[in-house]
Amino acid sequence: MAFALVDCESFYASCERIFRPDLKNIPIVVLSNNDGCVIARSTEAKKMGISMGVPWFKVRDSFLKENGQVFSSNFTFYGDISARVMNILEGFVPRTEVYSIDEAFLDLDTLKKNYDLYDFGCHIRTLVRQWTGVPVRIGIAPNKTLSKIAINEIKRRNAPTSVLHLSNKNQIREALKHTPVHKVWGVGRRLNDHLNAAGINTALELAEVSPQNIRKKFSIVLERTVRELRGERCLGIEDDISSKKQIVVSRSFGERVSNLETLKPIVSNFAVRAAEKLRHERQKCSQVSVFVRTSPFNKNKPQHTGMKTIELFTPTNDTRDILIAAKKGLLPIFRSGYDYAKAGIILNRFSDEQTKQYSLFKDPNEPKEDTKLMKYIDQMNNYETQVYYASQNTKRWSPMKQNMTSPKYTTNWYELPKVN
Amino acid sequence: MKVDYIGKISEENLPAIFVPYFLESVHAGFPSPASDYIESPIDLNKHLIKNGAATFLVRAQGQSMVGSGITDQAVLVVDRSIKPSHNSIVVATIDGEFVCKRLKLKPRMCLMPDNPDYPPIFINHGQELEIVGTVTAAINKF
Repeated sequence: MAFALVDCESFYASCERIFRPDLKNIPIVVLSNNDGCVIARSTEAKKMGISMGVPWFKVRDSFLKENGQVFSSNFTFYGDISARVMNILEGFVPRTEVYSIDEAFLDLDTLKKNYDLYDFGCHIRTLVRQWTGVPVRIGIAPNKTLSKIAINEIKRRNAPTSVLHLSNKNQIREALKHTPVHKVWGVGRRLNDHLNAAGINTALELAEVSPQNIRKKFSIVLERTVRELRGERCLGIEDDISSKKQIVVSRSFGERVSNLETLKPIVSNFAVRAAEKLRHERQKCSQVSVFVRTSPFNKNKPQHTGMKTIELFTPTNDTRDILIAAKKGLLPIFRSGYDYAKAGIILNRFSDEQTKQYSLFKDPNEPKEDTKLMKYIDQMNNYETQVYYASQNTKRWSPMKQNMTSPKYTTNWYELPKVN
Repeated sequence: MKVDYIGKISEENLPAIFVPYFLESVHAGFPSPASDYIESPIDLNKHLIKNGAATFLVRAQGQSMVGSGITDQAVLVVDRSIKPSHNSIVVATIDGEFVCKRLKLKPRMCLMPDNPDYPPIFINHGQELEIVGTVTAAINKF
């Protein structure tokens, strides 16, 4: 009985290296949208002391002086490479769960009994590396929580093969002893503080508390974690990815925005994109929130954060309805005299596209809800043409600063890697 | 009652804008004798790509491989899952650069261009050669 967790090493940085053989052993960082913060670091960059999430401007000079290579995020490319890795993993076992863009669980129960799981892990690692160029770590253990612990152990021990099989009680105990409790899957910062206060600092100490007590003092979720740390299996492979509960589209602006006429089309762009995502998920929403905020880094300027939620009588995924709601939400929260740095749209309260709920009263907004029209617009926008709504500005994400993006190597004919 | 037969068309093979026109209309109870013979249209992807997850496209630059039918700006299909052997056309990295050449394992290992104007690349001591994948096809546009 075992699960494997396959975890891509410094995924975004590794992707950037696939078509740049000259970047071998060179420190790489990848930045968030608008080049704000560091969101991925190669091993070399980690060694330089660049921490996760640090604002780019704080480390830029020292990083570049050491000949580090920096990239704006290229999610089109990372998404394609991720899909390839997941596709390969699905070929190994019948049941897998894609947990994030760079992690997947594999159910190893279906393998023959006499299979050596460590060798199997090494085989997966070699193959993924050869086929895609992405290095992966593989943690194998009796359940999901422990397979996460195994990955942490690989990182801690700096194990050269990057594959670890926690196969017996002693190995598991040893690994738990070295894992701080906040690294346990599902233990967040706040829970960590509570646990520390109760004298629980390592995963092993957590595993030694009786599950019943944990349930009484904390929650049933943490009880499950404790049971898994003790070797029981409480969580299975989740094949059906439950549909999203919330859609957020927000960006920091490249330049500060202080007037409403500039802000409106930007927010409209976010609304259009959010509605597209909503239709992609085959959902409708009945709540649209708009928010704006100034930059917390701009300490000597006046600060303002505003948010407004608009309730819709009838659930919708028609872009025009979302646009009307977005505008309604933006007007009351905008204040002149502030330099806004970020805005966003949040869609909430989803219901299935198919189910139709008629309201007892006539909806005063009369939702448009023309599914066919939306479908055609989506198809056209996926293709070459672009259909815009009047309230948008025609440069989709502008104003956005992102200067250091690598080519779309695998998804654009004009940006293919070159060979001599 | 009439039913419309839409045929065997997989969505991936279609251009992004596709209005499904009906291939034929038939009366229920009398299936068209042709319906058993409908085949999916010829798909270049299927012809050129065996292992999609491991296949990348790259663009060739220069004339060093014209003898093998690879002209300047040709699109090469590179399959990283195929182990190259003697005489395979490969994409390799040498000195931090991608090259496409023919791999020779004997008498001495080298990367051989397919154009008499270009010299073979021998791997010197201390130089690192990494084979990225095997070139399975070249697409030249005229």
